[in-house]
Amino acid sequence: MSDATAEPDKISGPTPDNALRAGDRADDGPVLAADGTPLKRSLSRALRAQKLRALALIAPLLIFVLVSFIAPIFDMLFRSVENQIVGETLPRTVVALADYDATSDELPRDEVFEAAYYDIFIAAERKEHTRLGSRLNYEQTGSSSLFRKSGRGIDDIGEVYQDQFEDLDENWDEARPWAELMGDPDWIAAQDAWGGEGRMPRFELRDGISDLLPRTAETYQIFARFMQTEEGESPLEEEPWTVVHTALYQDLLAGDVSGYTGPRADMLVAADALVESPGFETVVFRDAFEEIDEDWLNPEIWQTIKTYSPTYTSGYFLNSIDMQKTPEGPALRDEDERIYGLLFQRTLWMSMIITFSCILLGYPIAYLLSNLPMRTANLLMILVLLPFWTSLLVRTSAWKVMLQQQGVINDVLVWLGMVADDGRLVMINNQFGTIVAMTHILLPFMILPMYSVMSTIPPSYVRAAKSLGATNWTTFWRVYFPQSVPGIGAGSILVFILSIGYYITPEIVGGTSGIFISNRIAYHISSSLNWGLAAALGTILLVVVLVLYWAYDRIVGIDNVKLGG
Amino acid sequence: MPDTSHHDAFVEFERVQKSYDGIQLVVKDLNLTMPKGEFLTMLGPSGSGKTTCLMMLAGFETATHGDIRLDGRPINNIPPHKRGIGMVFQNYALFPHMTISENLSFPLEVRKIGKSDREAKVKRALDMVEMGAFGGRRPAQLSGGQQQRIALARALVFEPELVLMDEPLGALDKQLREKMQFEITHLAHRLGITVVYVTHDQTEALTMSDRVAVFDDGRIQQLAPPDELYEKPQNSFVAQFIGENNTLEGTIREMNGDRCVVQLNNGDLIDAMPVNVSQVGERTRVSIRPERVEFNKDRLQEGVHTLKAEVLEFIYMGDIFRTRLKVAGNDEFVIKTRNAPDQVRLEPGAQIEIGWLPEDCRALDAPN
Ligand SMILES: Nc1ncnc2c1ncn2[C@@H]1O[C@H](COP(=O)(O)OP(=O)(O)OP(=O)(O)O)[C@@H](O)[C@H]1O
Ligand SMILES: [Mg+2]
Repeated sequence: MSDATAEPDKISGPTPDNALRAGDRADDGPVLAADGTPLKRSLSRALRAQKLRALALIAPLLIFVLVSFIAPIFDMLFRSVENQIVGETLPRTVVALADYDATSDELPRDEVFEAAYYDIFIAAERKEHTRLGSRLNYEQTGSSSLFRKSGRGIDDIGEVYQDQFEDLDENWDEARPWAELMGDPDWIAAQDAWGGEGRMPRFELRDGISDLLPRTAETYQIFARFMQTEEGESPLEEEPWTVVHTALYQDLLAGDVSGYTGPRADMLVAADALVESPGFETVVFRDAFEEIDEDWLNPEIWQTIKTYSPTYTSGYFLNSIDMQKTPEGPALRDEDERIYGLLFQRTLWMSMIITFSCILLGYPIAYLLSNLPMRTANLLMILVLLPFWTSLLVRTSAWKVMLQQQGVINDVLVWLGMVADDGRLVMINNQFGTIVAMTHILLPFMILPMYSVMSTIPPSYVRAAKSLGATNWTTFWRVYFPQSVPGIGAGSILVFILSIGYYITPEIVGGTSGIFISNRIAYHISSSLNWGLAAALGTILLVVVLVLYWAYDRIVGIDNVKLGG
Repeated sequence: MPDTSHHDAFVEFERVQKSYDGIQLVVKDLNLTMPKGEFLTMLGPSGSGKTTCLMMLAGFETATHGDIRLDGRPINNIPPHKRGIGMVFQNYALFPHMTISENLSFPLEVRKIGKSDREAKVKRALDMVEMGAFGGRRPAQLSGGQQQRIALARALVFEPELVLMDEPLGALDKQLREKMQFEITHLAHRLGITVVYVTHDQTEALTMSDRVAVFDDGRIQQLAPPDELYEKPQNSFVAQFIGENNTLEGTIREMNGDRCVVQLNNGDLIDAMPVNVSQVGERTRVSIRPERVEFNKDRLQEGVHTLKAEVLEFIYMGDIFRTRLKVAGNDEFVIKTRNAPDQVRLEPGAQIEIGWLPEDCRALDAPN
């Protein structure tokens, strides 16, 4: 029995592989090329040029794919866990909440309210508080309006102090004295000299002021720099935010300024005396918050802030599977709030039905195509491909015309007397409509791979089976069908993956009961603007597709998938 | 007209015609009778209708006209799977998704043969083609020759009386092909099966068959045992198609029984045996096998006509010498001589005289 397979490794003579092998076999010194350089090096140089050329050829596409496909995917993956907004907008509050027990159902300590006051005040000046409100609103309804309201009312706290300081000394309401008290003399000189051209000299705190008045220094610096960069105004001409007055009050209460001798020392000492005086009006932060909105005295908002304070969160993912983050850990949502599990299930289930319908309808067509004479087959193929040349929107809308209650099918049925005029069938804006329209739209994706597999099955197999005594059915079932399975597999995986991510058709003909998860994703992207949740849902969809792909590879083998000849 | 209703006729084609398109006849008036146990080869150029005949016999094509009988029963209306004819295809057609054993037991399964019986038969068939150890493999894991054996075993495992083979060895290399030719004939004779074998390799046809049917243009040109086919071709197509052949064209000048005199186009006269010519004055093409041409005067018969020839080329081929001559205006005239110690090697340019026995020179029809 002669076995005529020539193993590639046994081929002797000068093949590229053998040259490499010869290069590796360097017992008696490296093999040299004609010009005396080691063969291995000159070979790899030759190959490098080839590789560079290949890389240059694919570079445009590679860059395009990276920028327009890979990067957005990674951005999406990142967005689904990213949660920096809480920590960035409320940095002090997050720190102050560190030892708050979110499960305790109690209000946090006063320090937390104090920190929240500073955070929200600054965020409101930067107009970031509403964004945070919308973000927290995903987790707890009402947060959005709470933050918007607080942004407006939070000024009141500082005004109490501002007014008292102003009554004591007009200068507390002036820009210049504040700047001299807080700012570095060199900076003041530079800012005075600044003629309005180019960049303003960056505000610097005076040496030692941070030790003397830590809170005031910090808030004033934030104020001054914000004025410079965002508003383009000189801090020398802008009176500070009221939050700075609050900070001053707290610093004077806590510290001792009697030894201070720098600029505006008299002003500061007088203010210190005022603060110590019994008639000085103060504000309790918690009460002030209550005055802004009673919801601040509901522990839930603090629990939510605490739960969502880390930079990364699993919250979006939990949301996408109908769970939520609670202080006690992840928990299932209430029955009536669960929606995504149902949507995922529906998407998978309907995609399965669509795939199955496509197999049922496509298999006979593909069989016919591959067994007809060339010319007839080509004609039929054009009919199969025809939908590709029509806009998706047009086809879907056509189904609307066909299926609606006053539509073609119902009219015909009524005309035939098969349904009563007042009993017209509801075939659209439900699952049925989605399944029908999507089966039609995805059918070519099933037929093409099946056809290309079937057309490679030589007719001699069928003849051989029949000559061996098999009936038509046995021949089909035991010989033809098993060989067409890779085509079914390829078509199914294509149709299934396409359909679980389908958007337009369910949107148009799906109504409420026939929409897919992708419609929900689109809703979150464009309407609710909850991109994190959209990203998490999309990520789950991506993972489902990858898992399917992997399972398919394990069961059928991706090598067996034939999409073309 | 031969008597087609032989009582021992196993396969019979009677006046069979076939057209695929309703315009052209691919098979024109096929008459063929095969006794049981015969190994018959259909030989012919591409497109001459061999496969079509085979497919009609197997039931995959229907005859447009005429009867095909198997063991006396007309089979025109029996579907292929009920004909019980084994088939070996050119590309083997082993089912790729089944193992070798499954391939072999397939025909037994569809015949509802019990499991133990099936296994015994599969084993016997595998042993028969010396492939006993390969039952668990898939067809793709076998070499071409091995697949060929399996295809053969599969066609034989359900013990058909008639086996059809359509160019079964076409894809194999020369050495393997010769080996398989021997094995197939050996097996066919040992099992006593009737075989219809299709090939366009004439050596294969001559070495394997009991009888060869030479096809051309949808007709059997000659149906005869190999030696007769080679030595006594009935017409110029067969003469040309089988083996190497020298032809000279001319006109019949004299007819006397089984001898005639032909005047070649350049005026020379030669002796020949009339085969399918009868009238004086008829155009003819005479055919002489290269090895039957003699240039040694001593060995030629007294009084026969000889022709002048010029040596153009001498080719040494080991066992034989092949010399190309220019004879009567034809410079593709070839003679073959055995490489014997006393054999003369002709020099190019030499002028010689050649002749032959009249019965080796057959006057055939001249195609126009
Ligand atoms: N299915 C078909 N439809 C139409 N014409 C056909 C079909 N099959 C064969 N023919 C034509 O019939 C003629 C005979 O074909 P056939 O296959 O019988 O030739 P063959 O002798 O087997 O040739 P080969 O040696 O190349 O296999 C050819 O001219 C071919 O073009
Ligand atoms: Mg053929």
